Amino acid sequence: MARITLSSSLAPFTGGVLELELDVANVRQLFQTLGERYPELQSHLEAGIAVAIGDEIYQDALLQPIERESEVILIPKIAGG
Amino acid sequence: MSATLKYQEKELKLVGTRPLRPDGVDKVTGRARFGADYNLPGQLIGKVLRSPHALARIKSIDTSAALALPGVKAVVTRDDFAEMPDEMAAVGELMINFRDVTRNMMAREKVLYDGHPLAAVAATGESVARAALALIKVEYEVLPHAIDVVEAMKPGAPLLHEHQYTQGVKPKPDRPSNVAKRLEFGHGDIAAGFRQAEVIVEREFNTKPVHQGYIEPQACLASYSADGQAELWTSTQGHFVFRAQCAKVLQMDVSKIRVTPTEIGGGFGGKNNIYNEALAIALSRKSGHPVKMVMTREEVFSSTGPTSGANVKVKLGCTRDGKITAAEAELNFQAGAFPGSSVNQASMCAFTRYDLANVRIVGHDVTVNRPKVAAYRAPGAPIAVFGVESVIDEMAKKLGIDPIEFRLRNAAKEGTQTYYGPKLGPIGYIQTLEAARAHPHYRAPLGPNQGRGVATGFWFNIGNETTCSLNLQEDGTLTLMLGTIDVAGGSRASMAMMVAEELGIEFDRVRPFVGDTASLGFNFLTAGSRGTFASGMASVIAARQVIEKLRQRVAKIREVPLEAVAWKDGHARPVDATVAQFAPMSLPEIARMAGKTGGTIAGHAEINAQGAGPGFGTHIVDVEVDKETGAVKILRYTVVQDVGKAIHPAYVEGQLQGGAVQGIGWALNEEYVYGEDGVLQNPGFLDYRIPVASDLPFIDTVIVEVPNPNHPYGVRGCGEVPIIAPMAAIANAIENAIGLRLCEQPLSPPRVLKAIDEAAAARR
Repeated sequence: MARITLSSSLAPFTGGVLELELDVANVRQLFQTLGERYPELQSHLEAGIAVAIGDEIYQDALLQPIERESEVILIPKIAGG
Repeated sequence: MSATLKYQEKELKLVGTRPLRPDGVDKVTGRARFGADYNLPGQLIGKVLRSPHALARIKSIDTSAALALPGVKAVVTRDDFAEMPDEMAAVGELMINFRDVTRNMMAREKVLYDGHPLAAVAATGESVARAALALIKVEYEVLPHAIDVVEAMKPGAPLLHEHQYTQGVKPKPDRPSNVAKRLEFGHGDIAAGFRQAEVIVEREFNTKPVHQGYIEPQACLASYSADGQAELWTSTQGHFVFRAQCAKVLQMDVSKIRVTPTEIGGGFGGKNNIYNEALAIALSRKSGHPVKMVMTREEVFSSTGPTSGANVKVKLGCTRDGKITAAEAELNFQAGAFPGSSVNQASMCAFTRYDLANVRIVGHDVTVNRPKVAAYRAPGAPIAVFGVESVIDEMAKKLGIDPIEFRLRNAAKEGTQTYYGPKLGPIGYIQTLEAARAHPHYRAPLGPNQGRGVATGFWFNIGNETTCSLNLQEDGTLTLMLGTIDVAGGSRASMAMMVAEELGIEFDRVRPFVGDTASLGFNFLTAGSRGTFASGMASVIAARQVIEKLRQRVAKIREVPLEAVAWKDGHARPVDATVAQFAPMSLPEIARMAGKTGGTIAGHAEINAQGAGPGFGTHIVDVEVDKETGAVKILRYTVVQDVGKAIHPAYVEGQLQGGAVQGIGWALNEEYVYGEDGVLQNPGFLDYRIPVASDLPFIDTVIVEVPNPNHPYGVRGCGEVPIIAPMAAIANAIENAIGLRLCEQPLSPPRVLKAIDEAAAARR
C-alpha cells in the first residue's frame, strides 16, 4: 500500500484526515479513490493538485505509476509568472 | 508522455557559450514585429468602454447612439457573450472559473473596479471608435467599495460577490464574504517551537499592488472569416492557452481558432490571461472585418492584472545559538475583483529556504475592488519573503550573528522536509550563501548613511505540457519549431544550442522559431521558469530522434548494421573499424540524399515535462540613505543564484539582472495609488515610477551551477528567483544604514523620511 499524505491546506475537505494508506497503481487511481472517499476534495483534485512521489513533483501526470510502499504527497499545483 | 531526461555530465562545446541570439538583429534594427505591428487590409480599430466606478450595479447599457454613428461597424456588450456557470473548467492544463473570466472580460451584473470593461466598439478609425464610446449610455447604481485588503476582510465590508462564501473553513460560513479562501500549511508543533525559543521577533508588513511593467501594452489583431474560422495575432505568454480561453468564451471549436504569437515586449506573468482577444474576435465576427485592438498604457494599468498587495504577519522563534525553533506567518492577499491570488504559492515559498521543524502559515485570498491580479515573476513569493527575510535579518542582528551565517545555520539542503509536502532534492541554496559570503562585495567598506542588506529567495520551477518539431532541411540545416514563447530572454537561442550540441554541429545551422497553434500540439504557458527547462528537454528529445533516424538512414545507404553506425561531431561514422568500415557521411550529405532514400527526416517531442529543479538565490545590496529627503540610492547589487546549468550564460545573467531591477522598483517606488473614490490615480509611467538606467548600478551576477538531475543538461530555470529577494534585501540594507526597520512597501522617499522623522521625534 502506498502511504498518502495530504498537504495541510486540504484538511478542510477530508474532515481533517491528512494521512492514509491506499492500494493505487497510478495518479489517476489515486485521485479517483480520494474523490470517492472525500467528495468535497473532488473539485480540488480537478482544479489543480500536484503529486510528489518520493521527492519528485509531478503535475498533470495521471498515468504516473505509484509503486507499493511509495511515499505520496498531494500539494497545490504550481504555476508561475 | 510524461517525460524526464536524466542529467548526463559530458564535455560540452556549445552549451555554456555565448553566441548571438537569432532574433537579435531584428530587435535592434526595429524589424521585429510586436503585437501592434500587425495589420490587415480593411481592418477596424476596436476600443473598450470602461467603468469609472470601483463598484456599481449596471442598471442599463444603451448602445444605439454609438451604433448609429457613421463609421461604427459593431458594438459588443455582455449580451454578446454566453453566461458561464460558476464552476472550474479545463482549458489546456489550467482549471479556470469561466464565470469570472467572462465577467472580467465584460462586466455583467456589476462593474467591480475602475477600468472594468462594459462595451467594445469596432470602427473605421480610432477617433470614430472613441467618439462612439462617448455615445454609449450606462446607468449605474454606485455602491460602497472595498480597496484595502484588511478592510475588505472585516465583517460588514462592502461585498463584491454575494454568492462567495469562504472556502477552506468548517463549518461552511453562514454569510458571504470577500475572503474567498482560507488555507493553512505547516508541520510540527508550532506552540512547542515557540516555547523552545529564547528570542522571538514578530512584525507586520504591508505591500501595495505593483504592475509587471512590461513595455509593450497588450495588442492583438483578429480576423473572423465567413466560414466560422478565426485567426488571431497577439502578444502573449501562451498562445495555446489564449486559444483555449477564446474558444470557450466564444463557444467555438478550438481547431477553428489559429493564434500566432507575435514578438513579445515583456510579460512577466502579465500576459498569461486574455483581455481584448475574445472581444476582438467577437467584434470581427459581428462586423465582418478584421479588428485590431491596442491598449493604452492607462488601460494596461487600470484593467490588466497587477500583482497582489498584501498584509503579512511574521513571527519567528530562535535559540540564542541561532537555531530557528518556530516560524509562523499570516498572509492576506488581495485577489482583485475575482478570487485567485498567488497566496497559495506565497505560502509555500515563505519559509522553504530553511530547514524548520515547526511551521504554521495561514493564508487568505481576498476579493477587493481592483483589477483581477495576474501572475508576476514568482507570483506572491516576493511579498511573503519581504516579511520573512526582514524578520530573519532582525533576528540575526538580535543574536549578534552574521546574517549569512545565520541563514547557513538554518539552511535547507537536500533531504530537507518542506512544510508543504515533499523533501527537497539536490539544491544549491548553501552554495549561493557561501558564494555570497566569499564575494568581495560582502566585505567592501561602507560609508556614512550607507548600509548592506542580504536576503534570499526560492522558487519551485515547473515543467508541464510542451511540444516541438525539428526538421532537417535539404541542405543539412535544421529548423526548430517551438511551442513556448521566447519571453524576451533569448530562449530560442538556448534551445538551438542544445539541439546543435546534441547533433555536434554549429549553432547557426539550427534556426529556431515559435510556431503557431495550428502547427504544433498544445503547449502550456511560458511561465514558472519552465521555458528552457521544458522546451529544452523537448528539443533534446527531438534532436535525439533525428540522430536515431540519421543513423538508420546511413545504415541503409552504406549497407551496414545499425549498430555499426555512430553519430559524432555532425557525422555518421563507423562505431569501430572492426565492426564495419564505411565512408562517414556529414549531415548535409545525408540531407541531400534524404528525399531519394526514404524521405525527409524530422524529430518531434510531445511531452509533459516533469522533474523541474527548485532554484535558490542570495542577494547582496548596498544602499545610501539621504536623511534630508528620504531617498534611497542603490550603490551596489550582487545576485548569486543556482540555475542548474546556464545554457547561454549571458541570457541567464540578463534574467538575474532583470529580476533584480524589477525587485528594486517594487522595493523603492512602485505602487498603485487609489483615491477615496476607488479610482486609480497613477495609471502611467510618469506617476508610477519604475527604475530607469540612471537609478541603477551595474547588477553583478554570480551563476552557481548545481545540476538538476532531471534535465539532460541540468537546467533548473532562472527567471523567477531573482525578483524574490530584492525587497527584503533593500529593507535590510536601509535598516543597516539608518537603524530603522521599514515594514511598508514601497520604501519611497516620503515613507523613509516619515520613519526618520518619527524616530527623531521619539528620541526627543
